[in-house]
Amino acid sequence: MHFGLTDEQKLIVETTRSFVENELYPHEAEVERTGHLRREVIEEVKAKAIAAGLYAANIPEEYGGAGLDTLTWLLYEKELGRANYALHWTCVARPSNILCAGTPEQREKYLAPCVRGETWDCLAMTEPGAGSDLRGMKASARQDGTDWVLNGTKHFISHADIAGFVIAFMASGEEETPRGRKKRITAFFVDRDTPGLTIREGYRNVSHRGYTNSIIEFDDVRLPAEQVLGEPHKGFEVANDWLGATRLQVGATCLGRAERAFAHAVEWAATRTQFGQPIGRFQGVGFKLADMAVEMKAAELMILEAGWKFDQGTVTDADMAAAKLKATEMLAMVADEAIQIHGGMGLMDELPLERIWRDARVERIWEGTSEIQRHIISRALLRPFGA
Amino acid sequence: MKVLVPVKRVIDYNVKVRVRADGSGVDLANVKMSMNPFDEIAVEEAIRLKEAGKAGEVVAVSIGIRQAQETLRTALAMGADRAILVVAAEDVHQDIEPLAVAKILAAVAREEQPGLILCGKQAIDNDMNATAQMTAALLGWAQATFASEIVVDGDQATVTREVDGGLQVVRVGLPAVISVDLRLNEPRYASLPNIMKAKKKPLEEKTPADYGVDVSPRLEVLRTTEPPSRKAGVMAKSVDELVDMLKSAGVV
Repeated sequence: MHFGLTDEQKLIVETTRSFVENELYPHEAEVERTGHLRREVIEEVKAKAIAAGLYAANIPEEYGGAGLDTLTWLLYEKELGRANYALHWTCVARPSNILCAGTPEQREKYLAPCVRGETWDCLAMTEPGAGSDLRGMKASARQDGTDWVLNGTKHFISHADIAGFVIAFMASGEEETPRGRKKRITAFFVDRDTPGLTIREGYRNVSHRGYTNSIIEFDDVRLPAEQVLGEPHKGFEVANDWLGATRLQVGATCLGRAERAFAHAVEWAATRTQFGQPIGRFQGVGFKLADMAVEMKAAELMILEAGWKFDQGTVTDADMAAAKLKATEMLAMVADEAIQIHGGMGLMDELPLERIWRDARVERIWEGTSEIQRHIISRALLRPFGA
Repeated sequence: MKVLVPVKRVIDYNVKVRVRADGSGVDLANVKMSMNPFDEIAVEEAIRLKEAGKAGEVVAVSIGIRQAQETLRTALAMGADRAILVVAAEDVHQDIEPLAVAKILAAVAREEQPGLILCGKQAIDNDMNATAQMTAALLGWAQATFASEIVVDGDQATVTREVDGGLQVVRVGLPAVISVDLRLNEPRYASLPNIMKAKKKPLEEKTPADYGVDVSPRLEVLRTTEPPSRKAGVMAKSVDELVDMLKSAGVV
């Protein structure tokens, strides 16, 4: 057992970090101030990301990406996670891996332009009445001859405003299972200009300024059968097969952001003098740093181990849930303590701390709330006992 | 034409440098190390010459401890074709002096027959600024230092040098040694596909003995100290007072 990175992984981390610091940081202040990521900035940074091979690096080589394994991808996500989310998500995009599950024609039409940086995808699952209980969704798809007709409303749909198409998950009927009646879900590709599809501006929110969410309305949206992603009624199966590591991705970005906040906290504790000595010498501050360092290390080991197991094919849902839970709660703690160490200065937007603190809040909610993660972990513990 | 690019593994420019307790040098144990930034500029220029069809092959060479192969991998990932690692030290704190480095580089050059050696003007660790000049002298080649622009044309190169008070343009016959300055170019990122490809590029390992060079030190470090800390300033109450202060300090 060894924990060292390969030469290639070190170089990938180095390239990604330099890119983040040199190309993304300079645009952060504007995005934070305006809440908007300008198209010119997107195009400028995107071109550089494509040249550096960082764009769509999560996508397999055979489809034009860099084909990073899960562990290396998480190392890369960690570095990207240092910067404003809108900037790294949009300009150094990672198209959803679910696009790889399409037919060759679908991959050509939907995946390829995302990898080339010509458009973006977005995933529509959440509804006002279906959050953690996704299967409770009401938006529906019914068959009409060989066509499908979609109706309903989705919300919290990240970056749908710039997406060229929507991957929509719709209730397509019900089935009897040993555990009662269950909704069947089908996934569809819906082009942005499909009649009946409306993408509206979503809510303003506290985290990740510039990273937009939208409300999507489906009003008798008629689709031919070839717009189905995967098999009809197997939408969640295709999602489970292809979206598994996104919880680790969220956790990995938290690691990078925590490191950034922590670096500020250490420097401040070492240089800020009160009562005649650096404040870090006061045990109340010094011990905070020690606890933050320990939490960061623990979270990092959990994320990387889960990523490694993912590549070995041995990862469990509970492994990923635990790693996501730890990393997101760690970030909340580190961001909060970094501000506490800075005092009032920590709340000013001169430093990235108030923003990291705001951004940290959503991490415990999206991609499965902390409570859902605990549910997954506890079920894995108790299920073998029939409890 | 082949271009030889010597690269040095140095303490990363972002690291806060600490002097070792015994004053023998700075602490390099468990410290982030990177390619000397001036060498990165030299690698970039060599790759640009290759992309412009003026160079056929770019060979990176590093002399130091075995971990310098990480630095060579960076050069390969940026676009160098192959690398030579001369393992000349076991301990990271053992610096190989410029004359020994120059002798090894000269020997490598005799073997490789490059048309051009492109190197950083100095390494940011010891700031010696000596290796390029010594290498040129040992080889009997032309040299042009502190380049901010290099135009290769046939068997000669026109080099714009950054000198005190301005720019000087010199023309050198090839083969030559050119040391590069900060404003020559902006090095590219080692792209992800090139990082993957670098793994498969050849990296040859040598020792100073292979070139018949003795690397034992000729210089003795007497002591290393932190720079003096800045003293607190004084506040001037008015512009007139400030001008008087500057005058009495003899700076205006």
